[in-house]
Amino acid sequence: MTYREAIRAAMRNALQHDPRVFLMGEDVDQYGGAFAVSRGLREEFGAERVRDTPLSESAFVGAGIGAALGGMRPIVEVMTVNFSLLALDQIVNNAATLRHMSGGQFSIPLVVRMATGGGRQLAAQHSHSWEGWYAHVPGIKVLTPATVQDAYGMVLAALADPDPVFIFEHATLYPMEGEFDDSSGAADISKAVIRRVGGDVSLITYGGSLGKCLQAAEALAKEDIAAEVIDLRILRPLDIQTILASIRKTHRAVIVDEAWRTGSFAAEISAQIMEQAFDELDAPVARVCSAEVPMPYAKHLEDAALPQVAAIVNTVQGMM
Amino acid sequence: MANFVMPKLGADMNMGRLLSWSKNIGDRIERGEIIAEVHTDKADIEIESFISGVIEKYLIEPGEEVPIGTVIAIIRKDGEVTTTNETPVEIAAAPTVAPDLSKRETMTETVRLHISPVAKKLAAELGIDPTQVKGTGPGGRITREDIENAAKTKTEKPAPDRQTGMRQIIAAAMARAKREIPHYYLRTTIDLKRALDWLAQENEKRSVADRLLYGVLLIKAVAMALREVPELNATWENEQVNPKPSINVGIAISLRQGGLIAPALLDADKKSLDELMQKFRDMVQRARAGRSRSSELSDATITITNLGEQGVEEVFGIIYPPQVALVGFGKIVERPWAVNGMLGVRPIITATLSADHRVSDGHRGGLFLSALDRLLQEPENL
Repeated sequence: MTYREAIRAAMRNALQHDPRVFLMGEDVDQYGGAFAVSRGLREEFGAERVRDTPLSESAFVGAGIGAALGGMRPIVEVMTVNFSLLALDQIVNNAATLRHMSGGQFSIPLVVRMATGGGRQLAAQHSHSWEGWYAHVPGIKVLTPATVQDAYGMVLAALADPDPVFIFEHATLYPMEGEFDDSSGAADISKAVIRRVGGDVSLITYGGSLGKCLQAAEALAKEDIAAEVIDLRILRPLDIQTILASIRKTHRAVIVDEAWRTGSFAAEISAQIMEQAFDELDAPVARVCSAEVPMPYAKHLEDAALPQVAAIVNTVQGMM
Repeated sequence: MANFVMPKLGADMNMGRLLSWSKNIGDRIERGEIIAEVHTDKADIEIESFISGVIEKYLIEPGEEVPIGTVIAIIRKDGEVTTTNETPVEIAAAPTVAPDLSKRETMTETVRLHISPVAKKLAAELGIDPTQVKGTGPGGRITREDIENAAKTKTEKPAPDRQTGMRQIIAAAMARAKREIPHYYLRTTIDLKRALDWLAQENEKRSVADRLLYGVLLIKAVAMALREVPELNATWENEQVNPKPSINVGIAISLRQGGLIAPALLDADKKSLDELMQKFRDMVQRARAGRSRSSELSDATITITNLGEQGVEEVFGIIYPPQVALVGFGKIVERPWAVNGMLGVRPIITATLSADHRVSDGHRGGLFLSALDRLLQEPENL
């Protein structure tokens, strides 16, 4: 099963078992979604529950918030992370705040899914990684599934959560094949997971960069450097304890994140490591992030701008 | 406020371990009073305060070893009010040995050590001195692995005891002297009859405890002769000669357990023979007990070595850097000696001068030895 199919399976499961669940977004209906995630759902569940929306992110995310307030369990698909900026006011000022501002009287059980990340030659306006920005905002949860299993389980976990949950699906992962257990149900969305165990350096990553880190760890193993790979899975709330436990073992940390480094989520992780594990460090925390340029269209330039396996390997070698 | 720093008590000292504080916090301390006792590879040394004031704060505990230059106490100078916000004025401890340029780089590393946090923590846990560990990380940073390796080596090799430490220090100083100082050597024989006769007379007037030893006459005569040839009373540092205003005569004292130490009689030219005798006795006793004072060990401007007691007739010594001269005396021997055309048996001593040719020439060295001879012929004027 692919990552794309796992998300679809989770949504189908939810649509089958909970009449409050419905999906809306641009082209999710006839077209099956810009990334073909919802293909076939319209035929199965009808236009009432799989709804196309106008090209107005602010309106349909706001409608999702209203539906959630009204007792529904909406899944809102925003085509890509770039377009979500148009809905930022609804997300930051309404979805993230209403529980707090109503003194706990209202909750927003909203799920918003969107594609994120670069690497597909979609250039400067369709290659961002804004999940770090969303992780800045208290009141919402930010999930970044990196495996087929998580793609499935996180949709169910998000629907079970009483508060707004944002799922960032790295677009390069949709065709990824992976192990999948459809009896597993909702994923645990409180813990990071160690995807590879090692004792020399902690590679801290999430989403689309997980595969690159695992490849880098494989390459480093040939040089007798045992890299531990941490899949954060959830950016907010961040499971810092798993990171700290790893660093207490490896004493070195490299954060691999496709976003730009300045003011980034990678910077936040680095700061928390300094604050809570300074005495455990044997080298300064290092970051492998994207070059600070608008994402180039040309393949070789895009490759050069994004974190790559070789850069991760070089960074680790440089700190040993 | 003034910072009191771990003083440099010798050219090769990098670290000092505090043995005890002599005063309590809040006590008054006068300039020249003992503030602390410090252990070095050479000896346990009493450190004198350079300023008068009130002890505001101690920054290290007895038993702690710190690099030289580390602030170890804060003294509130007279007239100052207690405040924690003030930036303390940096002052050196009493001994003010001019900085040794060749050591400066090492010292800087000692103060700003490149060591990772976990390595630092581990070093403290394992009792490893990180300043002695070579860093193999990026940019020479000391890593956890470096400390672990150092800990392994440490358990294999016990730390050198004080004797070994002192031997290493003597080795370093003497090797440096022979490597850097172009020595020249002069020798003269001096008739000590008048001096010894005068001394015998003088000692008859004194109680046994107050009697003068002939060595004190030699010390005073050397000090007086240096007034006439002051370039021998100097140090050579930073490629230049630094004349010294005070004549502080270092006396090489061999220690019973081996090794030697050369504490100084400060202002020897200005002290009476009785004063010198008393200071000399006190100093030798303390040196042998390992309790020399900081100023004695760091302020010598010339050194005398007297191997007469060991029965040798002459000694050509090696200069103790950064000093520029060393005076040697052998044993007093009776020899047939011609004076004014008459042959007689006279007590003779051989005086030698080892001097730094960068600073003085043989002509001046010769003048020094002849002044020494002349002064010893007039013991009543010493």
